Amino acid sequence: MGAQDPYGRIPRIIEKDAVIDGVELPGQWSRMFEQRVIWSHDTEGLDAIRAIPGAESLGNCYQCGKCTAVCPVDIVGDYSPRKIYRQIQIGIDLMDSPDLWLCTTCANCLRVCPKDVNMVEIMPAVRERAIALGKNVPPELAKAFENTLRHGNPMGEPARKRADWVAGAGVPVRILAKDPRPVDVLWWVECYPSYDPRGKQAAQALARLLTALGVDFAILGVEEKCSCDSQRLAGERGLFEMLAEQNIKTLGKYSFQRMLVTDPHALNAFKLHYPKLGATYDVIHYTKLLAPRVQELGLARPLEVKVTFHDPCYLGRHNGEYSAPRTLIQAIPGVEYVEMGRSKENSYCCGGGGGGMWLDSFTADHVTERLSERRVREAVEAGAEILAISCPYEVSRFEDAVKTTGNAGKLIVRDIAELLDAARPAAVN
Amino acid sequence: MAGSGSIAVVTEVLEGQLTEQTFEALAAARSVAHALPGGEVVAVLGGAANAGLAVQLGAADRVLHLADPALDRYSPDAYEAALRAAFAERAPRLIVVPNTTVGMDLAAGLAALLGLPLAAYCVGLAADGDAVIATCQIYGGKILAEVALAGPGVVSIIPGSYPAADGRTEGTPQIETVTRAPAAPRLRLVDYSVAESGDVDITKQAILVSVGRGIGGPENLEVAEALASALGGVVSASRPVTDAGWLPKTRQVGKSGVTVKPKLYIALGISGAPEHLQGMKDSELIVAINSDPGAPIFNVAHYGIVGDVLEVAPALTEKLAAG
Amino acid sequence: MRIAVLLKPVPDIVEQLEVAPDGRDLARDELTYRLNEFDDYALEEALRLKAAGAAEVVALALDSDEADSVLYTAIAKGADRAIKVTGAPEDARDPRAGALMFAAALRPLQADLVLAGVQAPDDLEGQTPPLVGAALGLPHASVVTGIELSGTSVTVTQEFSGGLVAKLQGDLPVVLGVQASREPPRYAAVSRVRAAMASGKLETVAVDVPLSAPRVELRRLYKPETTSHAEMLDGATNDAAAKLAGILRERGFGGR
Repeated sequence: MGAQDPYGRIPRIIEKDAVIDGVELPGQWSRMFEQRVIWSHDTEGLDAIRAIPGAESLGNCYQCGKCTAVCPVDIVGDYSPRKIYRQIQIGIDLMDSPDLWLCTTCANCLRVCPKDVNMVEIMPAVRERAIALGKNVPPELAKAFENTLRHGNPMGEPARKRADWVAGAGVPVRILAKDPRPVDVLWWVECYPSYDPRGKQAAQALARLLTALGVDFAILGVEEKCSCDSQRLAGERGLFEMLAEQNIKTLGKYSFQRMLVTDPHALNAFKLHYPKLGATYDVIHYTKLLAPRVQELGLARPLEVKVTFHDPCYLGRHNGEYSAPRTLIQAIPGVEYVEMGRSKENSYCCGGGGGGMWLDSFTADHVTERLSERRVREAVEAGAEILAISCPYEVSRFEDAVKTTGNAGKLIVRDIAELLDAARPAAVN
Repeated sequence: MAGSGSIAVVTEVLEGQLTEQTFEALAAARSVAHALPGGEVVAVLGGAANAGLAVQLGAADRVLHLADPALDRYSPDAYEAALRAAFAERAPRLIVVPNTTVGMDLAAGLAALLGLPLAAYCVGLAADGDAVIATCQIYGGKILAEVALAGPGVVSIIPGSYPAADGRTEGTPQIETVTRAPAAPRLRLVDYSVAESGDVDITKQAILVSVGRGIGGPENLEVAEALASALGGVVSASRPVTDAGWLPKTRQVGKSGVTVKPKLYIALGISGAPEHLQGMKDSELIVAINSDPGAPIFNVAHYGIVGDVLEVAPALTEKLAAG
Repeated sequence: MRIAVLLKPVPDIVEQLEVAPDGRDLARDELTYRLNEFDDYALEEALRLKAAGAAEVVALALDSDEADSVLYTAIAKGADRAIKVTGAPEDARDPRAGALMFAAALRPLQADLVLAGVQAPDDLEGQTPPLVGAALGLPHASVVTGIELSGTSVTVTQEFSGGLVAKLQGDLPVVLGVQASREPPRYAAVSRVRAAMASGKLETVAVDVPLSAPRVELRRLYKPETTSHAEMLDGATNDAAAKLAGILRERGFGGR
């Protein structure tokens, strides 16, 4: 059959008789099992992309368009894997195209693709090649890479200040460099919760929750460097590997049973990519740790609000966790939980993943509104008063979007940790 | 320039006029001349065509006029050669240069050619016995260096460090005119030009809303535009913003841009590096919004808010519109 | 056509800078270093000129802990050669001697064009381009925002304040102090920098260091006291903004 020549250059009709379960099938029925591909045009561009390790699956596309229906960028612009394939087919060089940088690697396309065209592997591979060839990298993204390399975080904040958030937590937070005794849970805080003003508030709330539950936890503090999952997806695998080497060395100094992360991107890095570098950790997202123990938090202060939850791409679609966050929200007395239309596996990306966090000025030229703005409007339409999140990229994106969509005062954004903290009797607001 | 006590001030003529910074340099020289033995201030003026400007240099005791047509308009190689010859011959105690483009070319160039020490980025001069003490700004203004020149040396003065008025006296200084056979400059001036106008002249605006790197990106300029609109003003910028092309050069405030003195100057996401401050610090009312509480801009501002520019500015616009 | 670019790593001023206890230097242990921003523009201009036809870009840096990193990054960005200039240990080297070391390394290179950033944050005793130009006896111009090469001559755009620019022309070689590059400095992928490190392409050249160059006497370094400070308006964003709006209105602004 076509197995030896899956992309046969010579169009041919193969007819093979078959007998299945005693039933004779004439040759023309067998055509259903042949890949029918037209290859009479110049496939050089497509072959070049498919030759990049990681990007092979782009060739599987047969243009069904299911991806276009679910691609978050297409809702606010003109984008999909189908479009990418078609452009390459007609001779456009993806590496010179702005479309190379618009994919947020949300994986909604992969979820529905009948042919396993894996943009989560294709786009980073092509980006990496483009950067290596010296193609133009959007300056904002290049700055994030440089900041990460120089300071260990994409914002360019001094490394020395990574643990400053601890002072405002209201509870003691052990820092392993100062107290290296073995610990049960190593909490990997990540960059945005360490430096971003709103991220710090969520980190501080989580510290209080963990303390209330008597969890034996500690953080790395200033020794922690970005886990670089988004930088990797944006094309800087070299940067990811470089900082991973440093992080693995640092983690190797301490003794801990499991790792807790606030950031689903860090979850993705430690669960799926650090093992490839020889380091495997028992890593869990904070919602997963808290959910089974939520009753112990003693949530007694009712929050009479309508709350909806935005499933983060990297917690939900990428790593399969949908129920723990909902368990937590619905455990808060007084809360009326409303579900947005695009939820769970079909959640609508906030636009921060795959490097999107550092491409807003670039993306602005290619979309009618930001993905985060689209999502905020969806939350308001669903009747929510609070948009609950559990990924640190989201708070700044959604709070900006609340303002720019004119919803200031109508919708507030809160990390689940902040909501739980506010519902505890001892919480000071 | 008799004796070893004289203080030579390199004057700067652009577009046929002596610049503000020239008078500031004269003021700097005057401030120490009296304390140094034989401290005579000699203004060095280049260009046959500029003879008529000598009368403006009354703050100097003498004017050394290098009446060479090649010096009529500034160019680095011609000026360096002429000044080097003049200073090698006359050995001034101190050479004062304004820290402008002219200073960036000449201060270090002359210091190297004449074998003299140089103190650059000077914001203040003093005398200590026979030594000249210069206070210099380095590391973006975050650190000051106090240096001493025990013998002859060169200093470059940061614009805005001395009031130009202190260096501006009309009078009839004694003029010594020198002509020498010019050597052809190796880097030749072709022409001067001014950047395209047609854009706003920010030096004529009463209200400026100025953006710095802290605005994040060009897509956020609308935040500043909205605030400017609510106030009836215009948007200006610091160097990183115009260098990045987010706004045209004509909007640039600061050392390599223009100096402005509006009634209201709102600085959004501008840290306040010295090169920027020198372009706006005399504004009547200065308001600064920056996420860094230690930003130097807060030292010149009258009012300040520590916060995210992209949140505070729209809130301010809203409050102004509402009232 | 050979273009030399002079690179200097400098303390990153995003950090909090402190003066060392002896008052003679910065407290260096907590500093991070980066390539001087203006040197980055100079390198970008050199690479742009190379793309437009110049043959070779040679990056040079004086020996220091950070020198290797800036030189490998230059190679990763496209420099053909990278040379580390040794001769005096960093802490024994005075700033004016640094320029003389560059000049000594440049003489045998016979570069047609020497580019460096117009200034650096620690240029107390003078900027590299004029110091190097004078040492080599070459014409120089600073605050350069445009460079065009044509055969053996160069056209330079020199920027003054207020939008005034001068166009200069001359024969190579010249030394130029770059204020801005036409495009923002290109990005060098970490993988390329690592490949550069593994390539062993870094050359080392030893030069004789002059015993003394004219120096100022550094009496002390100190942090400026803030003699005046803004009245800070505190509170949540909306409250602070409201206070400010009130003040502005009182002063006659914002009435529309």
